[in-house]
Amino acid sequence: MSDTAKTYKIGQHPDLPPPRTEVGVLGWFKHKLFSTPLNIALTLLAAWFLWSVIPPLFEWIVLDSVWTAESRKECWGKMEVPEGGACWAFIKDRLELFIYGFYPAPQRWRVNLSFVLLIMAIVPVLYDKMLARKFGLWYSVAFPFIAGWLLVGGFGLTPVETDQFGGIMLTLIIGVTGISFSLPIGVLLALGRRSKMPVLRIVCVMFIEFIRGVPLIALLFIASTMLNYFLPPGTVFDLLLRVLIMVTLFSSAYIAEVVRGGLQAIPNGQFEAADSLGLTYVKAHLLIILPQALKISIPGIVNTFIGLFKDTTLVLIIGMLDPLGIGRASLADAVWAGLAREVYLFIALFFFICCFSMSRYSLYLERKLHTGH
Amino acid sequence: MPTIATDGIAEDKIRHPTKKLTISEEVAIEMVAVHKWYGEFHVLKDINLTVNAGERIVICGPSGSGKSTLIRCINRLEEHQKGKIVVDGVELTSNLKNVEIIRSEVGIVFQQFNLFPHLTVLENCSLAPIWVRKMRKAEAEEIAMKYLERVRIPEQAAKYPGQLSGGQQQRVAIARSLCMNPRIMLFDEPTSALDPEMIKEVLDVMVELAESGMTMLCVTHEMGFATAVANRVIFMDFGEIIEQNEPHNFFNNPQSERTKLFLSQILHH
Ligand SMILES: Nc1ncnc2c1ncn2[C@@H]1O[C@H](COP(=O)(O)OP(=O)(O)OP(=O)(O)O)[C@@H](O)[C@H]1O
Ligand SMILES: [Mg+2]
Repeated sequence: MSDTAKTYKIGQHPDLPPPRTEVGVLGWFKHKLFSTPLNIALTLLAAWFLWSVIPPLFEWIVLDSVWTAESRKECWGKMEVPEGGACWAFIKDRLELFIYGFYPAPQRWRVNLSFVLLIMAIVPVLYDKMLARKFGLWYSVAFPFIAGWLLVGGFGLTPVETDQFGGIMLTLIIGVTGISFSLPIGVLLALGRRSKMPVLRIVCVMFIEFIRGVPLIALLFIASTMLNYFLPPGTVFDLLLRVLIMVTLFSSAYIAEVVRGGLQAIPNGQFEAADSLGLTYVKAHLLIILPQALKISIPGIVNTFIGLFKDTTLVLIIGMLDPLGIGRASLADAVWAGLAREVYLFIALFFFICCFSMSRYSLYLERKLHTGH
Repeated sequence: MPTIATDGIAEDKIRHPTKKLTISEEVAIEMVAVHKWYGEFHVLKDINLTVNAGERIVICGPSGSGKSTLIRCINRLEEHQKGKIVVDGVELTSNLKNVEIIRSEVGIVFQQFNLFPHLTVLENCSLAPIWVRKMRKAEAEEIAMKYLERVRIPEQAAKYPGQLSGGQQQRVAIARSLCMNPRIMLFDEPTSALDPEMIKEVLDVMVELAESGMTMLCVTHEMGFATAVANRVIFMDFGEIIEQNEPHNFFNNPQSERTKLFLSQILHH
């Protein structure tokens, strides 16, 4: 008080610290939680809500949960109140099924190896500061084919039928394939839609509009039933492969529209500047236009990817056993029946972790690429 | 000395005009009976213009008269529909190879700078030498630094365009064009998006460039600059070249009524 009230000669005013109630923890509480009567009411309401939800949930999930048991009966027997806690023993018992589906047990190392290789393929894509990133990226491009060979087999490895694929592994296969192929295809579609060549433009527009106008489930049914009519009789066209193609095409149509939005936001001057320096169409797009357009499109692209990842659960409908399918099948087992909450919570947690990581990474990327002021 | 506004130009540049520089007989740009339409709108009408190598030409005229369009036809950012444009001996046709050759020989500086915001100043400058001229990165960066020094902002090389002032950005844009070692430089109102105190720093760079003998076509209303460096001032209105003259005569002895009206408007505010 005394300090601020003091008068100083003009030009002599020293730098003073801000009042203590305006900054730091105290300032934060004052401004963010208790600034107006409405704000105070909302703060109290939220606090009451959290207080009444979190402790019971925590008790059920952690404190009163049972981790080892052979059946639901034994599980509930171990609790003070039957059903008073989660029976995670069930998930533990079925964990391998949730991860590998019906992939033959002696061959599961191939799935594990593919997973490790996947992580190694993701790193160079996500981190541009990596050493020898160029080689890393070549490896990332090759990865889907290496993993395909590892998982399906042949050429020296015991073949495994794709209908034995399932669980988290299946989700990752569909999700990763869809994500990594739909981005380049989507970018090409977006550029095609803006092309000055009418035929190319019309083909792209028709493709995008058709795919966007049909539900994914319908496309999956088409993949599982109708494609046979179009193929010469006797050709074997793997169901998983058809699903992969449909999911990729589906999300590339969405990516195309998101990227087109980004392209439209690039001022004409950028195209003109690139042209006037003598850059060709391809170079101008690779070096100038797409880096900017994709940067603007990051939220939309990641949104589409998250949607795709969650939509992989739809393969359940055409009889593929993704984690949700495995979960439903497991619940049919009389020994464990009745533990639906545990199953769905576990599956929800898996999807949440994957999608939330994507979302956080996109925020990180947006911050990193921010160069304007 | 003509009695016109000289704001923005260093006084000594006015007292020692640079137009004594020799102009070669070699033709840099030739436009013969060029017409252009935007849809139904006839924007360039029968443009005939020959620019010799080393010439410095200022184009002025009211808004909408087709100055930008004219200058942009020279590196085919706009397409003309009738007539012939020959740049450095290469005719501009729909042949993409020719267009690319001409674009790499002709630099253009825009009113809105059009720097690449996702690249640093140094990357902006070295990009075209690397990808169009196929230069090694180190060499291209060396050249980029040379031109950044010439426009007096080498210390900004590592920054992004968004972190620079307008005047600095425009000087980077000039350096970016110069890195391609162009034979001809086009300027489309390079100073009209700038605050007054920044105009001078850009004009100074352009005056120096003129002194080095660069062939320049410049759309500008900076009459001080025109008197200091131009060999010829061209006045356009309604898509036509109304009048062209050596700057002293152009300002003091305009021939057409429209030119007189235009000059009285820009010199009296
Ligand atoms: N892409 C376009 N499509 C249609 N009309 C256009 C287009 N670009 C310019 N014009 C019109 O052509 C005329 C000439 O435009 P131009 O940009 O060449 O004028 P300018 O002399 O450069 O004017 P300013 O001093 O305002 O920059 C204007 O009437 C303008 O409205
Ligand atoms: Mg203009």
